[in-house]
Amino acid sequence: MLNLLILIAVVLGIIALSKVVKVLEQASTVKGVQPYEVTERDNKTQANLMPVFLVLYFAFIVWQLVAWGDFMLPEAASEHGVVVDGLMNTTWIIIIPVFVITHILLFYFAWKYVYNKDRKAEYFPHNNKLEILWTAIPALVLLILILYGLSIWNETMKPLTAEDDPVEIEIYARQFDWTARYPGEDGKFGKADVKLIGGVNSLGMDSTDQNSWDDKLVKAEFVIPVNRPVQFYFRSQDVIHSAYMPHFRAQMNCVPGMVTRFNFVPTKTTEEMRDITGDPEFYYQLLCNKICGAAHYNMGMEITVVSEEDYEEWLAEQKVFMTVEGNTSAANETTTETEEEKNEQLSSL
Amino acid sequence: MSGTAHHHDNDFLFKYIFSTDHKMIAKQFFITGSLMGLVGMLMSLIFRLQLGYPGESFPILESFMGNWAPDGVLTADKYLALVTLHGTIMVFFLLTAGLSGTFSNLLIPLQLGARDMASGFMNMLSYWIFFISCCIMMASLFVEGGPASGGWTIYPPLSALPEAIPGSGMGMTLWLISMALFIVSQLLAGINYIVTVLNLRTKGMTMTRMPLTIWAFLVTAILGLISFPVLLAAALLLIMDRSFGTSFYLSDIYIAGKALEVDGGSPILYEHLFWFLGHPEVYIILLPALGITSEIVATSSRKPIFGYRAMIGSILAIGFISFLVWGHHMFVTGMNPFLGAVFTFTTLLVAIPSAVKVFNYLTTLWKGNIIYTPGMLFAIGLVSTFITGGLTGIILGDSALDINVHDTYFVVGHFHIVMGLSGTFGMIAGIYHWFPKMYGRMMNKGLGYAHFWLTIIGAYGVFFPMHFLGLAGVPRRYYANTEFPMFDNMYDINELITLFAILAVAAQGLFIFNVFYSMYKGPKAPQNPWRSNTLEWTTPVEHIHGNWPGEIPEVHRWPYDYSKPGADDDFIPQTVPLAEGEKDEGH
Ligand code: HEM
Ligand SMILES: [Cu+2]
Ligand SMILES: [Cu+2]
Repeated sequence: MLNLLILIAVVLGIIALSKVVKVLEQASTVKGVQPYEVTERDNKTQANLMPVFLVLYFAFIVWQLVAWGDFMLPEAASEHGVVVDGLMNTTWIIIIPVFVITHILLFYFAWKYVYNKDRKAEYFPHNNKLEILWTAIPALVLLILILYGLSIWNETMKPLTAEDDPVEIEIYARQFDWTARYPGEDGKFGKADVKLIGGVNSLGMDSTDQNSWDDKLVKAEFVIPVNRPVQFYFRSQDVIHSAYMPHFRAQMNCVPGMVTRFNFVPTKTTEEMRDITGDPEFYYQLLCNKICGAAHYNMGMEITVVSEEDYEEWLAEQKVFMTVEGNTSAANETTTETEEEKNEQLSSL
Repeated sequence: MSGTAHHHDNDFLFKYIFSTDHKMIAKQFFITGSLMGLVGMLMSLIFRLQLGYPGESFPILESFMGNWAPDGVLTADKYLALVTLHGTIMVFFLLTAGLSGTFSNLLIPLQLGARDMASGFMNMLSYWIFFISCCIMMASLFVEGGPASGGWTIYPPLSALPEAIPGSGMGMTLWLISMALFIVSQLLAGINYIVTVLNLRTKGMTMTRMPLTIWAFLVTAILGLISFPVLLAAALLLIMDRSFGTSFYLSDIYIAGKALEVDGGSPILYEHLFWFLGHPEVYIILLPALGITSEIVATSSRKPIFGYRAMIGSILAIGFISFLVWGHHMFVTGMNPFLGAVFTFTTLLVAIPSAVKVFNYLTTLWKGNIIYTPGMLFAIGLVSTFITGGLTGIILGDSALDINVHDTYFVVGHFHIVMGLSGTFGMIAGIYHWFPKMYGRMMNKGLGYAHFWLTIIGAYGVFFPMHFLGLAGVPRRYYANTEFPMFDNMYDINELITLFAILAVAAQGLFIFNVFYSMYKGPKAPQNPWRSNTLEWTTPVEHIHGNWPGEIPEVHRWPYDYSKPGADDDFIPQTVPLAEGEKDEGH
């Protein structure tokens, strides 16, 4: 019924529009002007709309900045994040004036040089000096940006060494949840293989590898210590996911068949961030940022940043995944639970 | 056939359907591409409703989408299906085939003084293969599991495994077949464009007397010819992985309760192949739009385009560099940071020729004598969107910054403005400008003015706020922003965007109406309505085979002699011989 009404409204609208257009076109023909000829009045009107639009456009941007400026990422919560934000601000400082000036020129010229039949346009086909100038200036500015950007990029992507004493965490993605694995006392992750996935062993951890005996798995939330480098390893079980931690200015794809890496130093605990944002519920969020299926939009995990002591305490409380050392590990059980049961078991471990 | 000026009385079938006449084929591309574009646009409206009002029921959706929207709420996987087809259609069907297909076909022979394309038959074949490709893509909407849903970039393994998302079943197969045909069609068209430009120019039409439209179409065709085969290869390998058990792109996968027998492949390989096309593709969309703008800005400002040679140089530079930057889509795939640094360097280089183009447009307007046709409004709009969107590219191209905004709404805002808006503005400007050449009638200017202002307001209203969402960390391809508390205060932004989207889409109704109304009822066009210099306006208004009734005119000057000192008129068509001692800028 509604559809029918809409259809009728559209048809009537089209008919009405045709009539209006026809009448207007006839009216202009009567006046001796072809209806398509751009008249002096048209030119005036359109030219005058140019600065009006420019003002509206700028006002809209300013309004957005005022209204939503606060939603933009709160302060960076990682060491490199602060540096990256500095680069971002520098880039804005270059971009915004260029944007404003070119737009003012564009709409000013569009207004100022509107058609006047008593005037002839200036025949100005080229000017090598000008052209060299405005090739060279952007080139120079970009060169500076490139060098500045790359120095930060190299610093950000630099691998950690043993001297940095990083916390190592594996972030494991699958449709549609995350698991974080800590290597345990020995500091080594056990081997894993998709062929071993089954039952509660959702990471395919290899029980014959001693390194895996003390590995710890957590879901829903993982904890990292403040002011200590964290080395992440990312893996995926099925499709590409992307581990995106916006507050830390960190992102890395999780690609099946590959281990990817990223590291950063968190600089603010969750508590501190709650004070800064004034939001007692604040959580650092890990989001999936690569389309990975229907529930891509709610594939997340919370991140908690705490002091070194609290971290050690928390980690000690976490149970190791393989309850019995050696063969009787979960990996060898052949179970046929549903996904939910699997998750339940895992969290109750 | 070519060479004779006689109009053959073809029967209906060969005149309108299997026509080999470039003007008819141009119109076919225009209508087909635009219809696809209309579908793509309506899709965006549907998923924008979901984003603006997540989970709210719109019973009308259920009435025509059935179980895609039970109780009037679009489902999550069909949301992704719509996003995927929207992107595919807009990029490939509207702004590649639709844009180049219309204007390269229409203008290359007409502006160069050729009777037709080098091969009319290949040209016809190109259209019909494109048409079949459109049909297959549309058919994929109706198959079990729905159409492809892995995003327009269809990264495997998501696109390779039906277990991963329902759209990766039959829908994905059809997507791949459709795109393979599409690529064949583009290659046939591209070869034709290149050969025609190189070989069929009329006497006196040297390369440096060609209008910038033709330069843009030529470089576009070359880009397509080099990059589309790579996408075809990528698609074929994906077909093999999907249907014949190979694992080019797959390795170590456990899905739907079992480990797959795949080993040694890499999804990253696919990404490299895809973006080797994917980035030049952006310029396949942009260059024709910029070429059209150059033409319209010069004509409407009654002033030569400033820096003709610099414009050619920048088209060539952009075309060349666009092959060296694809990795900027892959900064966070785990690629070697050194490689990332190289791609940052090459990417930011593209900004230089782009900046040159903008400055040259501005200088062309300066001290011009601007006549506001609707086409000119859209051309000015394009300069604005090209600046706005281009500048945010400097952020995305910088690997250190991209880490944080990659795949967020910042990207969606950026590419819609720089590619989506610039591309569509260029295409629309071209339609307003060359409609008299296509249909022998004039479009209504009042509707055109209203169309422009509503469109640019709606468009910026949709895409500018997206930058804010992106900076706040909102990922793209999210069905709803309701699941994470950090996005709770963004409902208003999303609703506002949706309202602007409704405005922008509604405004296109004016254009569609204008096109069809003018096609049948518009006032008859004069031969040279915009008092333009280029050759297409020397052909009769009525379309004839072979374009010119007599000899093909000879060209004596570059196309931009507007307001030349000493001339009585403010334009001197290319066919007018140089006066004694007169200098030709094109030579
Ligand atoms: C009224 C006009 C349009 C609206 C409201 C619109 C809206 C959107 C939105 C909101 C998305 C992101 C969806 C998501 O990530 O979840 C999107 C994706 C996209 N749009 Fe548009 N769009 C419009 C026109 C265009 C045009 C003209 C182009 C041409 C280039 C285009 C190309 C794309 C592409 C390539 C994607 C990415 C699809 C993907 O993520 O796989 N859109 N559009
Ligand atoms: Cu995911
Ligand atoms: Cu690119």
